[in-house]
Amino acid sequence: MSAEASSVVDPHAAGHDDHGHDEHEHEHPKFLAHHFDTPVQQFESAKLGMWTFLVQELLFFSGLFVAYGVFRSWYPEAFSGASHELNKVMGAGNTIVLLFSSWTAAMAVRATQLGQKKMTSMFLLVTIACAFIFLGVKYFEYGAKFNEGLLPGKYFGHAYDVSSIFPASLGFHTNLEPSEHLPAHASSYFSLYFMMTGVHALHIIVGIGVLIWIWRRNERGEFSKEFFTPVDIAALYWHLVDLVWIYLFPLLYLID
Amino acid sequence: MTTDPNFQLPQQLSTGAAEVDDLYMFVYWFSVIFTAIIVGVMLYSIVKFRRRPGVKAAPVGHNLKLEVAWTVIPLFFIVVLFHLGFKVYVHNAVAQEGALEIRVRGQKWRWEFEYPTGMRVNGEVKIPVNKPVKFVISSEDVLHSFFVPGARAKKDAVPGMYSNVWFTPNTKGPMQVFCAEYCGTSHSGMLATIHVVDDAEFQKFLKEGEGPEPGEEPAAWGKRLYTKNACNTCHSIDGSKSPGPTWKGIWGRDETFTDGGTIKVDENYVKESILKPQAKIVSTFVTTQMPPYTISDKQIDAIIAYMKTL
Amino acid sequence: MGAVSTTAPARSHADTPDPNENYLKATRGIASWLFTLDHKRIGIMYLVLVLIAFALGGTFALLVRLELFTRGRTLMDADMYNRMFTLHGVVMVFLFIIPSIPAALGNFVLPIQLGAKDVAFPRLNLMSLYIYAFGACFAVYSMVDGAVDTGWTFYTPYSTTTNSAVIPMVLGAFIMGFSSILTGVNFLVTVHKLRAPGQTWTRLSLFTWALYATSIIQVLATPVLAITLLLLTMERFLGLGIFDPKLGGDPVLFQHFFWFYSHPAVYIMIVPGMGVVNEILSTFSRRAIVGYMFVAMSSLALALLGFLVWGHHLFVSGMSEYATMVFSALTFLVAIPSGVKVFNWVATLWKGSIRLESPMLYALSFIFLFTIGGLTGLFLGVLAIDVHLHDTYFVVAHFHYVMVGGTVMGFVGGLHYWWPKITGKLYDEKMAKFAWFFVFIGFNVTFVAQFIMGSRGMPRRYYDYLPEFEIFHKTSTIGSWILGFGFLTMAVMFVMSLKSGKKSTRNPWGSAALEWQTATPPPLANFVKVPTLTRGPYDYHLATEEELSEK
Repeated sequence: MSAEASSVVDPHAAGHDDHGHDEHEHEHPKFLAHHFDTPVQQFESAKLGMWTFLVQELLFFSGLFVAYGVFRSWYPEAFSGASHELNKVMGAGNTIVLLFSSWTAAMAVRATQLGQKKMTSMFLLVTIACAFIFLGVKYFEYGAKFNEGLLPGKYFGHAYDVSSIFPASLGFHTNLEPSEHLPAHASSYFSLYFMMTGVHALHIIVGIGVLIWIWRRNERGEFSKEFFTPVDIAALYWHLVDLVWIYLFPLLYLID
Repeated sequence: MTTDPNFQLPQQLSTGAAEVDDLYMFVYWFSVIFTAIIVGVMLYSIVKFRRRPGVKAAPVGHNLKLEVAWTVIPLFFIVVLFHLGFKVYVHNAVAQEGALEIRVRGQKWRWEFEYPTGMRVNGEVKIPVNKPVKFVISSEDVLHSFFVPGARAKKDAVPGMYSNVWFTPNTKGPMQVFCAEYCGTSHSGMLATIHVVDDAEFQKFLKEGEGPEPGEEPAAWGKRLYTKNACNTCHSIDGSKSPGPTWKGIWGRDETFTDGGTIKVDENYVKESILKPQAKIVSTFVTTQMPPYTISDKQIDAIIAYMKTL
Repeated sequence: MGAVSTTAPARSHADTPDPNENYLKATRGIASWLFTLDHKRIGIMYLVLVLIAFALGGTFALLVRLELFTRGRTLMDADMYNRMFTLHGVVMVFLFIIPSIPAALGNFVLPIQLGAKDVAFPRLNLMSLYIYAFGACFAVYSMVDGAVDTGWTFYTPYSTTTNSAVIPMVLGAFIMGFSSILTGVNFLVTVHKLRAPGQTWTRLSLFTWALYATSIIQVLATPVLAITLLLLTMERFLGLGIFDPKLGGDPVLFQHFFWFYSHPAVYIMIVPGMGVVNEILSTFSRRAIVGYMFVAMSSLALALLGFLVWGHHLFVSGMSEYATMVFSALTFLVAIPSGVKVFNWVATLWKGSIRLESPMLYALSFIFLFTIGGLTGLFLGVLAIDVHLHDTYFVVAHFHYVMVGGTVMGFVGGLHYWWPKITGKLYDEKMAKFAWFFVFIGFNVTFVAQFIMGSRGMPRRYYDYLPEFEIFHKTSTIGSWILGFGFLTMAVMFVMSLKSGKKSTRNPWGSAALEWQTATPPPLANFVKVPTLTRGPYDYHLATEEELSEK
């Protein structure tokens, strides 16, 4: 949270509103909303707002982490066994992809702050590409789980025909053996696995939308050295999405 | 050995009820006095300090001592309250040694009791007076809650888990049991009665099991069983809509089932429906699941006799 | 989320609304309302929606009580009754009481009390309104698609196995939760960043402090509800198995998750009501609130402690004895800040200069009824007593005393108090007092009967009851009619005010608070000149005669 600052006083505030519109245009850049007195006040408000929003996002995920903690304490062998069914290479790869994308997001902010419109767009596009790579890897992981019967709750251990979504041409084939030798209650693990990675993936998708929107606004020339707030707070959101994955990865993939 | 019922509280039908009531009345009187003081000062103020021309409100200073006092004194009081409550709770939470254990299974919408001998009864249970009894509770489907107001006892019945509640009944006669956790259509019909009897009668019951009252006709006993076994929570007797098929005119009726078969209601069908209700499901009643019952042939006969009268 | 950082609308001199014009007249037409960024108009739209919700929830309540007037079937069968009490709860909690004071009154008043032109994120504010309305549509859809019969608490396994329209209702609550969160974010940033010059933290109104504390709870607690409802939906839709013992899950886990939000939620409900009481009490006693800092901090204390006591809803759930002890002890602690407020309010009356107009009647009722509600919470916090009282009508009466006797009195009192500020009109004071009388009497008749039958063993959520409880049920139902009559009279009174009410002066109550120092109704930008503050809102000894003038 940004440091508590006394309200920013616009030196012209007292007599400000008596003037006509012409005289205050020069103090009110186009990007400054009418209810703010200065760009700094607006920027700090946006940052504080986004941080507050991120705190509630953390609490949203925390419910899932608590459920994970509870179930793992009840069924440690099931969790350990089930965790081995996950592809550590793909998981680690995705972790690196997201970490890298966080860096490119931060670089996008920096580029905007330096007034570098083209660099900003480039970094934003790389971030978006990384997000798509992440989702692509998840697609392959999910496909494997579906074909191996490693599914949540009552679906665990059953074969379902998912060849229309996960076709054999992409390397998917049914093999229920992994689900057969797992200890009881592995289904609980997979319930949590799908919920946690699923909710996370939804946040990635929303993030992609946000980043594309920011990229388009950048292309339209809306950002500058003086006004880079939207890029900054979009990147903040992206960092949170990355942070959540940093916790998900070891908890889901690396139980020993 | 009951005390006269307090207007606010039910009769004290267990040895542990009195101390709960004492605690209740302690909090009650504290609350009454507290509220009276607050209201008194408020009423006094709005009369004495009503707005008068030329009279200003007194300035508000700082009175740290007062603020601290009315923060700390209530704190002290609640520590006392917590301690008292905790003592009584712990005393009532751990069952006495050698308590008679009765297994309770809640299921939409009946209570089934099982004695240590394995005998099972529905809707009513007999226990001996002045002896501790521990109810070991679970649910067969959704959450229920085993509530005995006369004993100030309550515990949720949870599927997949055992919970328990115990008390020593001190008065012969009936104790009402309610379900206290919402469980669907007939939640308010999920009642039971604990009959507290002297030890001799209890032992006799354990040996001989349930039967009709002396001189009771089978149909009359069947009518009692209709309520006791909670058939009433799903089967109406007047033709009105109920979760299960109405018993009005049931005897000899043609029923059609989900597998397409039909049958005329007879003794075999009734017996099968009670012991293995999922064997045949009447086609217009697919959504409600009737729980299986373990009752004697004598009881089934009585129910059949009752059905014939409807 | 960049709702604020956008280009300011291109302004041509011809069509820019005059910031000094009365906000109701500054722009016209339905589009100027639906696409407004003005917190005052957004507040009014929220007000209309929550009042509709209150009428709907109230209707369900009257139907519930009507069914209970006689034993057995009175109007409807058990399945319909179970839906009625569920819908009463869902509508009142999610569609009415949670948004009521913050979104309807707070939106209007908070920025003005801060000396600001608007909230920090006006477009987010409008979005919150639409999210609320959208979520409400899901709830309404559920109601017409078979409704819900689980109780507003959705306990598993019943909620995951029943045939009613659970998922749309739960999704509706999920969506409305985001409205609550975004309002909380907006208010928090507004209080931190948009205070006028001289508006130090110790000069904030106590209503502001209350909304600030409430916003903290909204932001921290509501996401936990969101994930709980999502898990419930997945459990129902996919058979996830988290709450199903047959799949290795635990039904009691749902209760922990649910109440982790829903207990703090009750502080979202009551703290703003307490905030309103400060405003009214001070104005109508013409005195500063005694113990300002203590009252302000007590709101924050309630916000914090409110997160620690959820287990007191689970005392008989099969939780360990150790856990029940801890929660009981913490539950008692949370009584302290509420007590501090009540004592300070009573001290404010003492040696005040009191006028008993209708807003004050509601504020005083709040203090009395909330005290009773809070004290009956003590009964429930005592473990041994709660074992007897849990899931009886005693609990129902307790929470109605705090939610209706508390929050609704606060909401209605605030509505009376700020009505002239919002509409520029006065309402008929005699009629207001008349309505209050019936509301007050009706409320107490309805719920005292419930305390007694509860402690005598009458369980809650019961369609039918034993004969020994009949007299209490009949009494309670008659009380509901008196209460309903009171609210109906109040509604007529407000409609009459809108149609033909007398025009209000700038400061009809003679208050020293900042919102009464600007025009009534306020200009679009709230103040013609951004104020520089030199005193607090309760400093009657520093206010000038002109500021306090009711002319």
